[in-house]
Amino acid sequence: MYALIAIGYTLVYGVLRFINFAHCDVFMVGAFVGYYTGRNFSSSTIGGGILVMIIAMLACAALGIVIELLAYRPLRNRSRLTVLITAIGVSLFLENAGQMVFGPDPKPFPEIFPTREFALGQLVISSKDIAVFVITVSFLLALKLIVQHTKMGTAMRAVSFNPEAASLMGVNVNVVISFTFGLGSALAAAGGILWAYKFPKIDPLMGVAPGVTAFVAAVLGGIGNIPGAALGGLLIGIIETFVKGSRFSTWTDAIAFLILILILFFKPAGLLGKLQPEKV
Amino acid sequence: MFFARPRTFLLLALAASAVLGFFQNQIDPYYVDVLTRIGINIVLAVSLNLINGHTGQFSLGHAGFMAVGAYTAAAVTMFAGPHVLPVNAPTIIIMLWFLVALLAGGAMAAAAGLLVGAPSLRLKGDYLAIVTLGFGQIISVIFRNIEPLGGALGLNKIPSYTNLFWAFGAAAVTVYVITAMVNSTYGRGFIATHDDEIAAEAMGINTTRCKIVAFVIGAFFAGIAGGLYGHFELSISPRGFDFNKSVEIVVMVIVGGMGNTLGVVLAAILLTLLPEGLRMLSGVSPSLHWIGESRLLLYSLLLIAMMLLRPQGLFNFRKSARTKV
Repeated sequence: MYALIAIGYTLVYGVLRFINFAHCDVFMVGAFVGYYTGRNFSSSTIGGGILVMIIAMLACAALGIVIELLAYRPLRNRSRLTVLITAIGVSLFLENAGQMVFGPDPKPFPEIFPTREFALGQLVISSKDIAVFVITVSFLLALKLIVQHTKMGTAMRAVSFNPEAASLMGVNVNVVISFTFGLGSALAAAGGILWAYKFPKIDPLMGVAPGVTAFVAAVLGGIGNIPGAALGGLLIGIIETFVKGSRFSTWTDAIAFLILILILFFKPAGLLGKLQPEKV
Repeated sequence: MFFARPRTFLLLALAASAVLGFFQNQIDPYYVDVLTRIGINIVLAVSLNLINGHTGQFSLGHAGFMAVGAYTAAAVTMFAGPHVLPVNAPTIIIMLWFLVALLAGGAMAAAAGLLVGAPSLRLKGDYLAIVTLGFGQIISVIFRNIEPLGGALGLNKIPSYTNLFWAFGAAAVTVYVITAMVNSTYGRGFIATHDDEIAAEAMGINTTRCKIVAFVIGAFFAGIAGGLYGHFELSISPRGFDFNKSVEIVVMVIVGGMGNTLGVVLAAILLTLLPEGLRMLSGVSPSLHWIGESRLLLYSLLLIAMMLLRPQGLFNFRKSARTKV
């Protein structure tokens, strides 16, 4: 799950070289769209669940494209700090608008997929965990297909490598960037729904904690690197689970940041990233 | 600039705040409250401006340093105070003790700044923002887990020492120190780091060291502001120093114009008055009630609008002459 969100960060960073702070709030919006549509369908079948997910992903893709168009595009050639501040502004805006529109109190998330428990000897596995795992992995595979084997994916990689050269080669940079935002936001929505399905309580600030953790995961794996983000998500997930189970459970929030600081100190490019020297 | 004669300014401002503090009892408590907030916010905004504006870094953890200062100062006056001070200590002794507490808070915050800054200031822009954000979070988790300091509930019954004299005196000292610093030979290094790090390094400026010094000094004043805040609110809890508080200070710096001390002071005043104005508006009729709660929504829109329309800051009327020499 962290992997899904982390990949969203990485996608946007890979193409635009900036951290989309609003990502975790798109994640929250995705969960809320899922909440409203899921309540109306109410049938917890696999088809219905997938439908809810697709609706939320489309809605968030649209939201992501609109955010890019209104807030980030006018700043394309400004300093990175300007864009960063804007991103924080957008994030705060979504959080507070969310509190006004959705109400600040937590809401129970409907069961959008049928739930059952399987027993493997002593080990009891809920179908929730299986669903989350299967969906995450299938998204990762789909994403790999898109980035490596489609025309749009090639264009994305080209823009990431060098936007100017890409546009000289006939790549429409704006369309590619919009598409990247859409894709990243759709993944955030999927992550949001899975998160809400696993921990069925949603509120407008739910995105903050997983968002930050996912960012750490992206950095851990090497930001801008998709397999790295998946690996980082996996590692962070495991570490967090162990910490929660141990005596230090109240320190969980601090752990992600501790990891982040350690990585940045010892291996700033992340586990799978390559360090690029700064060009003058 | 009105800082043309910084020492005169400092003396005048200190005298004015002493007079204000002396006549505090004659002023309506509501205004005293608002004015004190303004003073504290000026300290916070100007000190963050040294980091974010003059030196061109981006810290999102200013509230974390404020928390360190607030807790330290409160601990000094609450726990150590009764043992050191005689029972009926004269006011002047208490005031001196408060000064000690504030300085201790500042020193602790500066130490925290060094601790955080030394590793993280080697990072660039967005990473630094995230690390400082994380630091703010870690600080609140730490304070939540220290039982003698009240845990999640925080500290209560802090003696009420902060008055207008302290708030504005601290603001004046902060403005003076930071202006003097930026205008000194040493401070030129900060600005050079902001303008072009690579060129500055080529000129033999140790940019990392410049950044750390700016960071530590900024943290020191944030700690002082925290101490003032604690002895003004009379109770502090980890929740009061969260990300939103940091963002509030960042908004002040951005509205004022990064690197523009006068603008930032004006913005701190304006943004302290803004919620009061909103509260008044929402008091006019029940249908306007939501305005009072929309402060953060407004801040976020303000941030986006500022970046799109006036990235140099609302109160910056000089076309950035400094960068285009």
